[in-house]
Amino acid sequence: MRPGLAIGIVLAGVALAAALTSLVWTPYDVTELVISQKLQAPSALHWLGTDHFGRDIAAMLMVGARTSLAVALVAVGIGMGIGVPLGLLAASKPGWADELTMRGNDLIFAFPSLVIAILITAVFGPSAVNAIIAIGIFNIPVFARVTRGGALSLWTLDYIRSAQVAGKGRARISLEHVLPNIANLLIVQGTIQFSLGILAEAGLSYVGLGAQPPLPSWGRMLAEAQTMVTLAPHVAIFPGLAIVATVLGLNLLGDGLRDALDPRLRHAR
Amino acid sequence: MARYLLRRLLSLAASLVAASLVIFAVIEVVPGDPAAYMLGMNAAPDTVAALRESLGLNVSLPARYANWLGGMLVGDFGISYTYKVPVADLVADRLLISLPLAGLALVLSTAIALPIGLLAAARRGRWPDYAVMGGTQLGIAVPNFWFAMLLVLAFALHWRIFPAGGFPGWDAPLMALRALALPAVALALPQAAILARVLRSALIETLGQDYIRTARAKGLTGAQALTRHALRNAMIPVLTILGMQFSFLLAGAIIIENVFYIPGLGRLIFQAITQRDLIVVESVVMILVFAVILVTFLTDLAYAAVDPRLRTRG
Repeated sequence: MRPGLAIGIVLAGVALAAALTSLVWTPYDVTELVISQKLQAPSALHWLGTDHFGRDIAAMLMVGARTSLAVALVAVGIGMGIGVPLGLLAASKPGWADELTMRGNDLIFAFPSLVIAILITAVFGPSAVNAIIAIGIFNIPVFARVTRGGALSLWTLDYIRSAQVAGKGRARISLEHVLPNIANLLIVQGTIQFSLGILAEAGLSYVGLGAQPPLPSWGRMLAEAQTMVTLAPHVAIFPGLAIVATVLGLNLLGDGLRDALDPRLRHAR
Repeated sequence: MARYLLRRLLSLAASLVAASLVIFAVIEVVPGDPAAYMLGMNAAPDTVAALRESLGLNVSLPARYANWLGGMLVGDFGISYTYKVPVADLVADRLLISLPLAGLALVLSTAIALPIGLLAAARRGRWPDYAVMGGTQLGIAVPNFWFAMLLVLAFALHWRIFPAGGFPGWDAPLMALRALALPAVALALPQAAILARVLRSALIETLGQDYIRTARAKGLTGAQALTRHALRNAMIPVLTILGMQFSFLLAGAIIIENVFYIPGLGRLIFQAITQRDLIVVESVVMILVFAVILVTFLTDLAYAAVDPRLRTRG
C-alpha cells in the first residue's frame, strides 16, 4: 500500500473513530460548564485543555467530529442522490435533457455554498440543517458533471451499443452498465466532496451560519477561540489541527483510492 | 469570434435572469410578507403597512420582480431598512474593500503558484517535486480562517509587523495595504496550493507532447521549452481554476473579513442577516452571484483567446 493512502486511512479513521466513540463515551460532558476550570492548558486531567467555559476541548473535538462528518456525509448523499441520476440522464439523452441539466448545473455553480447558506439563513435562521442543504445543493452539479463526463465516454463503447441493439432501454442501460463502470469515479469524487464539505461546514459554523450552540462544532470552537487566542492559544490550535488532519486524511485517501482503482493513473501522475 | 461572443453574451444574460429569479423567490416570496418578517412578530400593523408601502410590496409579484430588476439595471438597489441609505452606496463602499482584497489574494496566489508549479514540473519525481506536492497537500487542507488566526497570532500579536484587524480606509493607501496584507495571504495560500498542483499536472501532461520533443531536438534547453512552449499550452486548466478561484476568493473574503474585522461586503451581509435587512441581503447576494457569472464568462473568453479551436465549439 502507498504511504499516502495509509496515512489517509489512519487520519480519516481517527476522525471517524472519535466521532463514533463520542456517541457512547466522551472524557467529559460537553454541556457541563465549569468556569473555575476555564482556559486550562493541556494536562493529564484535560488532555487538550479547556475552553473559556471550562469545557474539555478533547471531548468537544470528539462531538465536533460527529457534527462535521455527519454534515459532510449527508451533503455528499444529497449531491450524489440528485446529481448522479441527473448526470446519467444527461448522458443518455443528448439534446434537450442534456442541455437542460447542464444549464441548471451552471446556474447552481453561480451560487457558492456560502451564498446559498446566506440566502437560506436570511429567511429560515441558522442551523446545521441549513449547512447540510447549502453544501448538498452545491454538490449536485459536481456529481452531475462527473457522472455525465464518465457516462458520455461509455455510451460510445461497443458493449453499450450491443445492449441497445438487444433492446434494453436507456434507463436500464444507465443503471445496469453505465453506473457500475463509473462507480470508481464517484467514490473518488465522493471522498473529495466529503473533505470539501468538512471545510465548508467549518467555515459556515465559524461565521455562525452552521451548527448552533450547544452542539459543538469545530468551526464554532474556532470562532469562540478567536478573542482568547492570546490568552490561551491552545483553544484555537487544536480545533484547527483537527480540521487539517481530517481534510488531509480524506484527500490522501481520495488520491490513494483513485490510484488504486485506476491502475493507469499509477504511472501517469 | 463575433458569433462566439454573441452566443456567450446571450448565455450570460440568461444565467443572470435565472439567478435573479432564484434570489427573488427565496428572499421575497418564501418569507410570505417580507415587511412583517423584517419587523418581527411584535410589530404594529400600521408599521408593517408603512414598510410594505416603502418597500413597494403592494404591487403584484411580477411587477415587483420587474421593479427590482429594472432598478438594479440603473444602479438602484433600494433603501436599506436598517441603515436608511441607498443599498447601492453601502455596497459600493464595501466593494472598495472586498474587491481589492480578493484581487490582491488572486495576484498573490498566482505569484506563489507559478514558480512552485513550474519547479515541481521541471523536477518531477525528485525532492523539489515531493516537497511541493507535500506542502500543497497540506495547504489545501488548511481552512483559511484558521490560517488567518495563526497569522494574527504570529505577525500581529507576537512580532507586531502587521495590524491584527480593522481597516483605516483608502485615504492612507500604505496603511490600507498593510491592513489587507495578512487577510490576503490567508486567502491566497490555500488557493495557491490548488493552483500549483493544477499547473504542475497540466505542465507534465504538456511536456510529454511531440512538439516539446521537437523543440528540445532543435536545441532548446529544458527550461526554455518549459517556459516558451509548455506553459502557454498548460494555461487552459490553469485559467479554469483561476476563474473559479476568484469566486472562491470573493466568498472566502466574506469569512476572512470576520477574522480581521474588516468592514467589507462580508461584514455588511452578516450584519444585514442579524438585523433581518432582507433588501441588503438580496442585493449583496445578487452582486456576488453576478461576479461569479461574469468571471465565468470572462474565463470562457480567455479560453477562446488562448485556444482558437474553442471558438468553433460550444
